[in-house]
Amino acid sequence: MELVEEKLGAHHLDEKQVLDVVVRFAGDSGDGMQLTGNSFTQATALYGNDLSTFPDFPAEIRAPVGATFGVSAFQIYFGAEDVTTAGDELDVLVAMNPAALITNLANLVDGGLVIVDSGAFTAKNLHKAKYDSNPLEDSSLDGFRVLAIDISKQVLAAVEPFGLGHKDGLRCKNMWTLGLVMWLFDRDRKLTIESLQKKFASKPEIAGANVAALNAGHSYGETAELPVGIHVYKVPKADVLPGTYRNMTGANALAWGLIAGSELADIDLLFASYPITPASNLLHELANRKEFRINTFQAEDEIAAVCAAVGASFAGTLGVTSSAGPGIALKSEGIALAAATELPLVVVNTQRGGPSTGLPTKTEQSDFNMALYGRHGDTPMPVIAAATPGDCFDVAIEAVRLAIKYMTPIMLLSDGYLANASEPWKIPDAGSLQSFPVSFHEDVEDFTPSIRNGETLARVWAKPGTPGLEHRLGGIEKNYDTGNISYDPENHQKMTDLRQAKIAGIASDIPKQEVVLGEESGKLAVVGWGSTFGAIHQAVKRARLENLKVSHIQVRYLSPLPPNLGDLLAGFETVLVPEMNTGQFIKLLRSEYLIDAEGLNKVSGQPFKIGEIMAAIHKEFAAIRDK
Amino acid sequence: MSKPLPTLTLKDFATDQEIRWCPGCGDYAILKTIQKLMPELEQAKEKQVFVSGIGCSSRFPYYMNTYGFHTIHGRAPAVATGVKLANPELNVWVITGDGDGLSIGGNHMLHLLRRNVDLQVLLFNNEIYGLTKGQYSPTSKVGTKSPSSPQGSVDLPLMPCELALGAGATFIARSIDTEAKHLSVVVKRGDEHRGSAFIEILQNCPIYSDGIFENVKNKKLAADFKVEVEHGKPLVFGKERNKGIQLDFQTLTLKVVELTDMVQETDLLVHNENNKTLAQLISTMSGPDFPVAVGVIYRQDKASYVTDSQEQVNVARKKKRSLQELLNSGNTWTVE
Repeated sequence: MELVEEKLGAHHLDEKQVLDVVVRFAGDSGDGMQLTGNSFTQATALYGNDLSTFPDFPAEIRAPVGATFGVSAFQIYFGAEDVTTAGDELDVLVAMNPAALITNLANLVDGGLVIVDSGAFTAKNLHKAKYDSNPLEDSSLDGFRVLAIDISKQVLAAVEPFGLGHKDGLRCKNMWTLGLVMWLFDRDRKLTIESLQKKFASKPEIAGANVAALNAGHSYGETAELPVGIHVYKVPKADVLPGTYRNMTGANALAWGLIAGSELADIDLLFASYPITPASNLLHELANRKEFRINTFQAEDEIAAVCAAVGASFAGTLGVTSSAGPGIALKSEGIALAAATELPLVVVNTQRGGPSTGLPTKTEQSDFNMALYGRHGDTPMPVIAAATPGDCFDVAIEAVRLAIKYMTPIMLLSDGYLANASEPWKIPDAGSLQSFPVSFHEDVEDFTPSIRNGETLARVWAKPGTPGLEHRLGGIEKNYDTGNISYDPENHQKMTDLRQAKIAGIASDIPKQEVVLGEESGKLAVVGWGSTFGAIHQAVKRARLENLKVSHIQVRYLSPLPPNLGDLLAGFETVLVPEMNTGQFIKLLRSEYLIDAEGLNKVSGQPFKIGEIMAAIHKEFAAIRDK
Repeated sequence: MSKPLPTLTLKDFATDQEIRWCPGCGDYAILKTIQKLMPELEQAKEKQVFVSGIGCSSRFPYYMNTYGFHTIHGRAPAVATGVKLANPELNVWVITGDGDGLSIGGNHMLHLLRRNVDLQVLLFNNEIYGLTKGQYSPTSKVGTKSPSSPQGSVDLPLMPCELALGAGATFIARSIDTEAKHLSVVVKRGDEHRGSAFIEILQNCPIYSDGIFENVKNKKLAADFKVEVEHGKPLVFGKERNKGIQLDFQTLTLKVVELTDMVQETDLLVHNENNKTLAQLISTMSGPDFPVAVGVIYRQDKASYVTDSQEQVNVARKKKRSLQELLNSGNTWTVE
């Protein structure tokens, strides 16, 4: 289906109370936009709104000051109802320089609010952003509410008592701006002030200056005479479940899920990885968590990483490896070794735009086919996908459980959006997580490495160091009964069938596919997997408010598929499958269930917008009516 | 108190698997020597783990009644690193060949040695690809005629011990497949070494490169074509022990000299395992002008990756906390 976008309703910034808002902080890499965004997120979470955030970093590490490719942004969508994406269009754009304005203005909704530091709109900066004339002086911003303030000047005045130099003084610009935006949405500054004091505990003058800047920005909002249409907006609290929350990115949730998995399985975990964007945060987080049963190994390359993980699993520790698409491609032979030797292995793929180096910092779901089929030989392997940042925690635990229980490699699919995006996460009670302690084989009697569990078909795990269980494993085909090398034709057939049956059997060990929202049958099912969850969910919710009979189904278990999925899909007249690829999951659904599904495909490195899914839903219903 | 180890013999380390090397292959001799050495090491059998890649030599683990892992081509060093990181108590052996360890797995070998992972590498060098039917390898001499180089190979070969030295290996030795006594002593010393012990074993392939090491293997010739290096001893060789190695101070190169009344043993180079410059010079000696050095060429005590990694883990574990404490750490808020 052709990708089109619908604008989501009339603009609402005229009202004093708004249901939801999208704010984007954009500035130079050195302007501190990520800190600003995170502080605002904390205050918003405390205020009681639901929210979702997305940091958008440039690929360049230290881009030249004022360059368009050096713009760093942080987007937050918050509101009174459940929020599952970082938002389509911006209601408020904070642009700290001309480059930040020119790269983001196209996403600002008509009538939206733009806050700029007019002090940064110098001839030099305008030239770097490739502006022919100053947009603050010509008609470029006519359709928007504009708050142009010489923030640099305001900040220097506010921090003067602290005796900072010009350069250090200007570094407080982000806090001044944050103070202003906090005033705009009636946020409490207490938490930000506390964390500034903590962060700069050893430099009281810096802490003081930042707090003064924050307060000055806030009182500017309170006291200055602002243009018509700019006032404090009340965003009602969301109705969220009681509990203790924290802000969580997908990468962090995945790392903590692996830690939880190792605790629940009662096993040590070796995380072997090679740095690659956007997967490296997982390695960083786990390298810092060795107080748990974790060790990390930064290998010399992707192949060594997967092989070290397989070696660890052979030795009785759970091996985990992680990468993005190009690295997973290199690991393929090692993954098949784990499949052939029936050793547990968790492989995390944080997908990015491909092929080849592609778009390293952007998101995509185009490794679906590689995850399902990208191995030599008949090498089945379970594949599961995380849907939201918080879901990464649960999916990581599930990956550990399945890998160990079925003595198999398993692929866990995340993506660049999930890894970096954050959302409030209800902290689970660790005691309520179900444990699945590993059991190593110890019985010497009639031992072979091929002894199997009759139900799961998993072979025994015998740890080197155990007396009497000395055995050899290898990639060569093994005799079904003894585990010794076998080139026998019938045996190879039997082993191939066994490997297929073992993985297929996982289908009976996973939850039945449920409908996230809507009825279990009807006119239209929107079927997603992975990080498309948020946009699909909002679109289906809005469509249902229009009385359209549409349901949302999100598939976590991609291989094997939940056994009831075919019957479930058969209950819908039409099935729509949005994917950030050219249509990979949809082919599986069509071939598996012989259903006529419609694809909605986007491969731009950007996540789906709610309006894009909405447009597709409307189009489907128009077609249904025409039938 | 740990239980005394049971008395083991060679037979305890043999498996019931039919050995599938070609008749006359040097691998048989190496296998026998290692099986015989195992009981002498006085270590628990279940602690021994043999990890190999792909190739003739890499079938070795199937014939050792210990833990073993026949992995994929070139990757044994990486798999072995994972094994050792997972359980530092295990005694890990990497069995590889010139193609497996220096061509497809060259990168892993380099990094294994650089990290000084505590294990032993036995590299069977026969200067040919055997299992794929005789193509030239990265150690084949220029001009080697093979199915993939019918006009003779033009690649310059590398010398395994020199490569190991360049990679920062802390124990480098060379021995010969059929020299059971010498091989056994060298491997035992490698086993005692803390860190990566790299041992090149000159191994005859009777099918594709038969006789390439004849000069150093043949009892009648060997004395003139190899020198057994020993720490603290002068570099003397020859049937009559009448030849030696001297350093030419003007050119900083080695030269072979005849021992006479004028040139005595005291005028010769004395082997020092801890001298890297000397190791560089003697590891690259090759025939026919120079004898091939066998024995422990270089040895140095250095930190081992696994020990240091484990130490960091131990430090971190002193601050052990519960999963719940982790989940609740940092900024949180409560909704009533």
